[in-house]
Amino acid sequence: MKTRAVIIVAVLAVFIACEREERGFRVQPPDAQRINSKQLTDIQAGQAAPTQPIINEYEENAFAMAEGKRLFSQMNCVGCHSHGGGGMGPALMDNKWIYGSNPDQIFSTVVEGRPNGMPSFRGKLPDYQIWQLAAYVRSLSGLTPKDAAPGRNDGLQTKEPENSKEPETPHRVTPQTLR
Amino acid sequence: MRNSSERFGQQGILAIAGIFLAACGHGNQSAMESAGVQAGRLSGLWWLFFWITAAVYVVVMLLLVVAYFRVPRAGDASEAEIRPDERRERRVSNIVKGAVALTVLTVFALMILSFRTGQAIDTLSQATAPLEIKVTGQQWWWQVEYQDPIPSNIVTTANEIHIPVGRPIKIDLVSNDVIHSFWVPNLHGKKDLVPNYPTTIYFQADKPGVYWGQCAEYCGYQHAKMRLMLVAESPEDFNVWYAASQQPAKQPTTDPQTLGQQIFLRSVCAQCHTINGTDASGRVGPNLTHVASKPYIASASLENSRENLMNWISDPQSMKPGIRMPMNTYSESDLNALVDYIQSLK
Repeated sequence: MKTRAVIIVAVLAVFIACEREERGFRVQPPDAQRINSKQLTDIQAGQAAPTQPIINEYEENAFAMAEGKRLFSQMNCVGCHSHGGGGMGPALMDNKWIYGSNPDQIFSTVVEGRPNGMPSFRGKLPDYQIWQLAAYVRSLSGLTPKDAAPGRNDGLQTKEPENSKEPETPHRVTPQTLR
Repeated sequence: MRNSSERFGQQGILAIAGIFLAACGHGNQSAMESAGVQAGRLSGLWWLFFWITAAVYVVVMLLLVVAYFRVPRAGDASEAEIRPDERRERRVSNIVKGAVALTVLTVFALMILSFRTGQAIDTLSQATAPLEIKVTGQQWWWQVEYQDPIPSNIVTTANEIHIPVGRPIKIDLVSNDVIHSFWVPNLHGKKDLVPNYPTTIYFQADKPGVYWGQCAEYCGYQHAKMRLMLVAESPEDFNVWYAASQQPAKQPTTDPQTLGQQIFLRSVCAQCHTINGTDASGRVGPNLTHVASKPYIASASLENSRENLMNWISDPQSMKPGIRMPMNTYSESDLNALVDYIQSLK
């Protein structure tokens, strides 16, 4: 009886990582339409309305996160944000967020662009690739599950890998306080 | 019973023959059909190895058969076996010694021949004024750049290398991601492309023709379709091709082509692809300046037809799952205009 239980557990253990490595080449990303009504600030008129958080499933998927990492370099995000440490653009591996740290807020920041330098990628990347980017951006400050976040670089390692990053507690700042 | 086993044997032979024929799909992609002096040396060495080892094999098998028939059977053990004849023992021992010496000699001879072939192949690297090309391996295509001291004269193309016959070619190999291997069997052996470690291969084509290349180091999902077309042509033809390739892309002449160009520039295409002479300057995917003059697309794995282009643009993941090009949703009229423009890029 005991042996059987051990065998069952061992067999199940083999399958634990399956979803992580699943390669969705034909994927259904979160609905981009729902983003349009996204509010960027915590301040609102009247009472706060209950909102349903948008879950980005790519944050559970190592392949999608690795794709996001590749796009982060190839679409030249590194040009301003460096590898998360920031430069001309704000750092992405700290706990300070100007336009929100939720997946949908990051999605909308990439699509719309933001004042003082962040270009708009509207129509320049398919939605699903922007979701992959958003997942990777959150992994920079440890906000995604460690089992899916990238653990290595294709090129030289510039910093500790994303899956070793201790999660930051996001809080909102104004651009002025970053200067 | 006997009939069925006979039939089974025939089917087995047919199946084995089929496996050998399966490799013949791409005509002449073979190291046995050399089109250059280096591949000639390699195939010469290969045939030498083949005949020598075949002869050794035949001799060994014959001796094995002889030994089988001469071996003493159980029951005829005579005094000779129990108390060995010294003269016979010495003879056997001499035969074994001689065979070992012959084997060592043969292996050494083959080693020296290999070494000499390697030396002879390497002499091409001393050639003066070779044509210099830089090939960058990417998952899963080849970027080809013809080097020139003047940057604006550099010709950038993909998955297609044109070379003049009779002139030494120097190819600098680099990789952008993982290890690939450059292999055009009709011209030379393999050479790996290693990330952060540039390598060089020298070869020369003596016979004009189209030779197929292939990534020869497993590099991921579409490794099998990471192909390369190498066109060896007369120096005159090569110069014509090279001069045409240095030109910027043709400007659109019809309305659909103009619309197609606008779609290309304002949508996702220009993020990854370059078309010289336009604002499209992406460095992620292949340079498309003269894409319509190529016979193949998708790393030489698809014919460059209108239908293939349309399917490729809208759903490349169904043709080569895992590649970097995303799926794109265009309206039918937009897609037609886009393909009109791409087909005008001669």
